[in-house]
Amino acid sequence: MNRPGWAAAVAVLMAGASGSHPTQLAAQADTTIAQEGLYNRPFIASLGQTSIGGYVEGNTNYFREEGVSDGFSMELRRFNIFLFSSVSQRVRFLSELEFEHGTEEIALETAQVDFRVGAGLSFRVGVILPPLGYLNQNHDSPQWDFVERPLVSTDIIPSTLSEVGGGVYGRFFRGPFTLSYDAYLTNGLQDGVIDNDVGRTDIASGKSEEAFGEDNNGSPALSGRVGIHHRVWGELGISYYGGSYNAFRLEGEEIDDRRRVSITALDFGGALGPARVRGEVAFASIDVPSGMVEVFGDGQWAGHLDVLLPAWRPRFFEYADAVVLVGVRGEFVDYNTGTFSSTGKRIYDEIRAVVPTVSFRPTPGTVLRLNYRYHWTRDFAGNPTSRLAGFQLGFATYF
Amino acid sequence: MRARVAALAPSVLVLMSGIAGCELLTPDAPESNQVLDGPVEGMTPGQVRLHILGDEEFARRFAISDGLGPIFVATSCEQCHVGDGKGHPSFNLQRFGRSTPDGFDPMARFGGAQLQNRAIPGHEAESVPVGATGLSTFTPPAVTGLGYLDEVDDATLVALADPDDRNGDGISGRLQLHEPSEIIRTVLDLEGQSRPDPEAHGTMVEGKYIGRFGKKALTVNLLHQTVGAYHEDMGVTSDLLPEDLFNHRQGGRTSDDVPDPEVGSSTVANVVFYLKTLRVPERRNQDDPAVVAGEQLFETIGCAACHLPTLRTGRSEVSVLSEVEFHPYTDLLLHDMGPELDDGYTEGHALTSEWRTPPLWGIGLQQDFQGGDVFLLHDGRARSLRQAIEFHGGEGAASRAAFRALSNDLQAQLLRFLESL
Ligand code: HEC
Ligand code: HEC
Repeated sequence: MNRPGWAAAVAVLMAGASGSHPTQLAAQADTTIAQEGLYNRPFIASLGQTSIGGYVEGNTNYFREEGVSDGFSMELRRFNIFLFSSVSQRVRFLSELEFEHGTEEIALETAQVDFRVGAGLSFRVGVILPPLGYLNQNHDSPQWDFVERPLVSTDIIPSTLSEVGGGVYGRFFRGPFTLSYDAYLTNGLQDGVIDNDVGRTDIASGKSEEAFGEDNNGSPALSGRVGIHHRVWGELGISYYGGSYNAFRLEGEEIDDRRRVSITALDFGGALGPARVRGEVAFASIDVPSGMVEVFGDGQWAGHLDVLLPAWRPRFFEYADAVVLVGVRGEFVDYNTGTFSSTGKRIYDEIRAVVPTVSFRPTPGTVLRLNYRYHWTRDFAGNPTSRLAGFQLGFATYF
Repeated sequence: MRARVAALAPSVLVLMSGIAGCELLTPDAPESNQVLDGPVEGMTPGQVRLHILGDEEFARRFAISDGLGPIFVATSCEQCHVGDGKGHPSFNLQRFGRSTPDGFDPMARFGGAQLQNRAIPGHEAESVPVGATGLSTFTPPAVTGLGYLDEVDDATLVALADPDDRNGDGISGRLQLHEPSEIIRTVLDLEGQSRPDPEAHGTMVEGKYIGRFGKKALTVNLLHQTVGAYHEDMGVTSDLLPEDLFNHRQGGRTSDDVPDPEVGSSTVANVVFYLKTLRVPERRNQDDPAVVAGEQLFETIGCAACHLPTLRTGRSEVSVLSEVEFHPYTDLLLHDMGPELDDGYTEGHALTSEWRTPPLWGIGLQQDFQGGDVFLLHDGRARSLRQAIEFHGGEGAASRAAFRALSNDLQAQLLRFLESL
């Protein structure tokens, strides 16, 4: 490849996007490189060198917890708009504005500038998505055949995690293999990790609230991912995110110990015979102030495994690529890996869930999905506190 | 056209069966006699609403920035009173103090009586100071049916008390009595305003007020208990107790950065209403012959002398709680349980070996709230019903001896009865 690879990819995307429906996408999500998730999207309208695209997701839910239900609810969960601009041969800009739950939360999720030196090295600055796990950089709803994101990707890896920072990334090729790497420094998580109304260590509550304000402690977080991709088999990635989360300095004076969160994740996605498999595990280790230990766990971990099988390729209307997929997700999260000093037994605080799904993709960029979800919660002491189950019917599409 | 219909049909089918399956494939409510939470029956929709608002507050986990701490034991009421049942030992409270010639000193200058063993960042958790001669551990109790206990007239308790054992049964229940204090007067006043019979509560006996809730009956009513719990157990200030806790290890009145009061009076009122309208635990296997026989034994060997099976409420502003009989298996009085249960710690005018008889309703379900194990008695030291009986000394020694004298079969019947509560 002489020409810059990404420019070619974007050109292909734009060509696809200029047709009536995108063709390039999610059906191949498992065979494209995780690192390219951000650019591997349809951008429709193009104004000179700038193109606009987006996606929308809506669901209707019916859940019952221990016999109690709030009935049906309908929600427009996400509405995202991307703006892509190929500023010059070597410089590109991507931003993503997210409206979550209608207009309740509006966030600039991404606003990054990439400067490309060569395939093996690019620089990136701005509001970026740290490459922790697979989903964070590949979070577009239409790519997924399940309504909910896996718990590992919301509660251990607090996707969508976007932070101000910068770093480098690149790729190397050999035969069918591609090796990709990413490394960034960002502002990092904040005090919410332990100052939250969840009553436990909650990494997601540590996301910076004033979206892109200053860091609370002047000590950046480091994140990185190395992925090895095979054209047929798929990709395996290992990633890390770590940094101090607490405001340990006030007016230049040390007022507290420096406390860190580190998260290590292993993600894989690929083909297993006719099935598509995607899974991830993440382990978090959190420094908890000595006055809060036990109630606030210093270790958490979670994992999920999704298996999807194309079941039927119906031919109707003009949808040549229509496919019905059936699949299942199994997932687990342990919010507190500690043991009780009082009894020596393990602390529970965990959730298990299974989610069978049927999804219909008339085109790769649009999905209609029906999930059944069964969800077991055990509280801190291990009491089986609740069983929750229900149905979710949703759609998500790029536009 | 046919092809289109064929393609659409399955999705419509899936959709319809999905909706039909909603009830079928989702978990049903557990049997009401297997859980403890839930409101008393027969309330008005408005009362049910207050109950639910209180329930939400009871479950609310306080963040540091909501006012948790600076020193605390747990982040919500529910964390200790799991599912309205007993709590896990990791949320036990510890209270300490020292005996002096002038009586028991709760060592307030050293952060007593209650220890806050957890702290938010930048603050130091407390530890038991040198010089404490008494230290007691308190396992979180169940909070079911408390409205009924709250509505028993003072006169009923006064009549039940038998401090000099005039009936000669070896059992002398005493009222817990507290010196008047500003907080006690305030909570009694506030509560009196809504009672149909204000004189039936807040009675003075020997110039003191009757204690009713807590293992040594430290508090006089549910409002007193609730503001105390927010303050001492969670470090959350309210209108009635607006100052953060004193922390002797930090040296000074510790404060978090949250303006006080950290909960409003309406929140407190809803939580009190919630406690007041929690239903009574439902029994299981009530008609099982072994259970019926066990119930008889409970009377004959003298357990019922303290664990009084039946009490009656006075007039209440909540009509379902008004003038009804109920079965808590307590007399709400203090009993001397002997050296077996003496920790050297006390409250009010109780002896260090005196404890308020705990209600036994719901005792058969507690393992479902304590992580599969049971932790009975005030500090959770008894790991089974049998062990709990074995620790009964003092006034309880005679009934313990009578229990020991029963054949294995009869003992089993008595235990079956307890499990059915
Ligand atoms: C750290 C654990 C903990 C927390 C948090 C806690 N409690 Fe308690 N609760 C206890 C313990 C232990 C007792 C026994 C106290 C005593 O004997 O004085 C108790 C006693 C009670 C009682 C008296 C029960 C009886 O039978 O006498 C009530 C009512 C109560 N708590 C309500 C609450 C409310 C309301 C909250 C929240 C505002 C709360 N508790 C928070 C541990 C806790
Ligand atoms: C003299 C009064 C008295 C008598 C008689 C008595 N108890 Fe108790 N019982 C108490 C007191 C007071 C406690 C609480 C002691 C403590 O917490 O340390 C208690 C606690 C218990 C408990 C544990 C409750 C809990 O929630 O942890 C059980 C079970 C129990 N008693 C059963 C019995 C049985 C069965 C008998 C008859 C053999 C009996 N008691 C006789 C006063 C009595």
